[in-house]
Amino acid sequence: MSESLLEVRGLRTVFPEGDARLPVVDDVDLAVSRSETVALVGESGSGKSMTALSILRLVPRPGRIEEGTLRLAGRDVRSLSVDEMRSLRGREAAMIFQEPMTSLNPVVSCGDQVAEGLRLHERVSGRAARRRVLELFEQVGIPDPAERLDAYPHELSGGLKQRVMIAMALASRPKLLIADEPTTALDVTIQAQILELLAGLRAELGMAILLITHDLGIVNELADRVAVMYAGRLVETGTREEILGSPRHPYTQGLLRSIPARAPRGERLAEIPGVVPPPRAWGAACRFADRCPLVMDVCRRERPRPVVLAPSHVAHCFALEPGVGSGTP
Amino acid sequence: MEGYVVSNLLVAGLLALGIFAVWRASRSRLWRDAGRELVRRRPIALTAVGLFVLLGLMDAVAWVDPPATAAQLAAGDAIALRKPRSLLDRLFPPDFEERSYSAPLADVEFYGGRPLRHPGRHLLGTDILGRDVLHLTLKGARVALLVGGLTSLIVIPLALVFGVTAGYLGGGVDDAIFFVMSTLASIPSILLLIALVMALGRGPVQVCVALGVTGWVGFARIARGETLKLRELDYVQAARALGVSEPRIVLRHVIPNLMHLVVITFVILFSSFVLSEAVLSWLGLGIDGSWGQMIDQARNELSRDPIIVWNLAGASTGLFTLILAVNLVGDAVRDILDPRTLKERR
Amino acid sequence: MLAYLVRRLAWGAVTVLGVLLFLFLLFFLITTPDDIARKALGEKAPASVLEQWKKNHGYDKPRFWNPQHPADTMLVEHFRRMLTFDFGRSDADDVPIAERLRRGAGPSLSLQVPLFVLSLGVAIALSLLVAFFRDTYIDRSGVVLCVLAMSISSVLYIVGGQYLIGKVLRWFPISGFDPSPEVIWRFLALPVLVGLVANVGSDVRFYRTVFLEETGRDYVRTARAKGCGEGRIMLHHVLRNALIPILTQVVISIPTLFLGSVLLESFFGIPGLGSITVDAINSNDFSTLRTVVYIGSLLFILGQILTDLAYTWADPRVRLE
Repeated sequence: MSESLLEVRGLRTVFPEGDARLPVVDDVDLAVSRSETVALVGESGSGKSMTALSILRLVPRPGRIEEGTLRLAGRDVRSLSVDEMRSLRGREAAMIFQEPMTSLNPVVSCGDQVAEGLRLHERVSGRAARRRVLELFEQVGIPDPAERLDAYPHELSGGLKQRVMIAMALASRPKLLIADEPTTALDVTIQAQILELLAGLRAELGMAILLITHDLGIVNELADRVAVMYAGRLVETGTREEILGSPRHPYTQGLLRSIPARAPRGERLAEIPGVVPPPRAWGAACRFADRCPLVMDVCRRERPRPVVLAPSHVAHCFALEPGVGSGTP
Repeated sequence: MEGYVVSNLLVAGLLALGIFAVWRASRSRLWRDAGRELVRRRPIALTAVGLFVLLGLMDAVAWVDPPATAAQLAAGDAIALRKPRSLLDRLFPPDFEERSYSAPLADVEFYGGRPLRHPGRHLLGTDILGRDVLHLTLKGARVALLVGGLTSLIVIPLALVFGVTAGYLGGGVDDAIFFVMSTLASIPSILLLIALVMALGRGPVQVCVALGVTGWVGFARIARGETLKLRELDYVQAARALGVSEPRIVLRHVIPNLMHLVVITFVILFSSFVLSEAVLSWLGLGIDGSWGQMIDQARNELSRDPIIVWNLAGASTGLFTLILAVNLVGDAVRDILDPRTLKERR
Repeated sequence: MLAYLVRRLAWGAVTVLGVLLFLFLLFFLITTPDDIARKALGEKAPASVLEQWKKNHGYDKPRFWNPQHPADTMLVEHFRRMLTFDFGRSDADDVPIAERLRRGAGPSLSLQVPLFVLSLGVAIALSLLVAFFRDTYIDRSGVVLCVLAMSISSVLYIVGGQYLIGKVLRWFPISGFDPSPEVIWRFLALPVLVGLVANVGSDVRFYRTVFLEETGRDYVRTARAKGCGEGRIMLHHVLRNALIPILTQVVISIPTLFLGSVLLESFFGIPGLGSITVDAINSNDFSTLRTVVYIGSLLFILGQILTDLAYTWADPRVRLE
């Protein structure tokens, strides 16, 4: 395999609070190859959205990227000028967001918003742009695309709005699509349609997708590889089969046990006791320790080291280290 | 009853009300935290406001000295003492006046150069009638507090009653109140103010009423809108389903949820009332002794040669300092209490 | 759309009636024609003179109840004359009021239109700038300046501006008015400048809040994600959304430009409607005052209607049912 399309090393994104700087993303490594779909999984507050925003340098103020390297399509994202960064956004990597309701400008027509994405990166005449937007609308499966061009966002349903968002993201044929919880705000039936659309587009255009989600069902449908985040850090990475089939980190295991479809019938759904601690409670040691069924003394003292379980499967847990824990949890 | 006795009683009542309000608020953790945050953010502005309140109180508490003794009468200075003099007045000598203009700390009159009765003691000089400008400026604080504070204290409860009644009862009552509000809101406010003062006549109470009639609609609309929202909330509906009486729901569930808006509105209205009074003074409709009136009198002095600025300087410093302090406190209060900004800050 | 317009106009008409009723309350019930006559003639005027004065000025009818002729009352007369724009003559000097107001509109507009356009332009430009540099030193000092500027009474701006520019620097005449096109600007420059400075603080602060509210929204992040520059985001996305609340503030004041400015006109000697109002106050000219308030309200109500229409035009989300 050639060089990765996206390569994140040791990413650390912080939010100042008072004198402290809270690391909402703490030493995260991530790689996405061309045409590959990688899912970044975690509960809300785990830092997965901030990781995604960091890639395009869109972290809201006063947050900022403090450490790490970000390489996108062979370029060092952190060293780019503001203008270079701008020309990279939308063209190399585009992003779609969770809330299609608020993520579209309410007073600009849908067609214009998509055309804007196009015209920011290419010299196109107004008519050519309109033609291209029409094609994009057809491509993302918007019915009556010619009429929707002049529609305002509030005139469309949530699913259609998300399709407009996707059309906007596709406008400049990006190599990477970052999808931040693309279906969370939608009805279940619409969710399935949008997932189907994403899968179809991936096959058709050969683009890579970084999928941010908390929904393991979606991971199962789309992802080639999976990275699980907890409290700002990665806890386990692997292929879809490895993570969903034989998860090793106790957090991933807990997450999987809490899915209704996977639990044995008639049994009470397992849940992970407790909640994700807030960033100001994050220490250097294992942040899952307080909720972990396998917790040991060392977990509360030191940061877990990566344990390579298979060439593509890594988990950060003392319980998996030979000689430290009991072996297989 | 003598006017100054009424004023003293009023001051005592207001003071008691203020203390009660602070005590009541301090029992709730939310308000206590907000208060602490306010003190932390705006210590200087709060101190300034406190000083103005103190000045106003000092000038509002007045009494007449006991009848002069024979010895004093013989000395010939007792007649001036038969007027009620406030605590603030008593910081100055009893007969602290000259015949006309004198410059700050001057020994002689500005025009003519006759020697002053109190040479070198008028820190800010004297005005055309020979009154000490510093004394007048300090006394202006009471008028400002009257205009800003008393008017808001009358207006806010009224606006709250009308707004909440309209919002809670709806139907014909709402229509009637809404009609009155939109009628008043359809008259440009400066014209409404002028018309009211012209119809009611000039005088402190009339001016306060005029300011109040002009100012209540805005807050009543906000209160109405909020009440409409609160009425639909689950816990209010639940209280109603449980058979809690309507007045009780309003008192326990609606009004307390409007209190933060009341506080924000109070601060905003306060400075707008004081500034409006200055405009009214400019038009010859203001209250005697206000800073606005001092500025109005002083505007002719700028065309004199050499010019006289101390009168203008005293009044405008007083007005500017008070309004700035109130605006700064108001900004902080809004930041602290407005739930929308709270959400943004999180 | 037509149905909405008709309904909106009908509500406007109802409000006009409300204003007239309120004026009747103020100037016929609280201050009675007797009070007005006495103010005009002095406290000691004999009853017969008062009656004659009232007769001459049309104040001699029963106020609202006339058993013989139910329609022949002050109340009916007040409504009839105001609604037909038959304003009669001034209480003070018998000049026809309509004529006087017509003469005042020109000078008022010549002051207010440049002031309005300049204020709007300057305030929006400054607030965009401040919002663009949000959370920086520029923004913070801008806010401090705004609060300082807002804390100064408009009266002081007038005194200060006139003294500094008119008297010390002698750039422009201190006061006066001449409508001939070559010199009019010399008389307007100072009041316009003073009015601009007096308003700019609160305007900038309001617009800044509106802009900042918009810059925090999700669609701004979307625009950034597709490669929009910050300048384009401000001018294309944020300004277009912020225009909606700004429009509602701005459109309402367009008709009231006719009214002029009470403060600026009276002090700078511009013979507009503001000066007429001040003269009416000083001469206890209640009939003129009443008419000015009525005309002002008519224009204001017109402004409110225009605002609602502008709103439906500017915001595609507003549907007319």
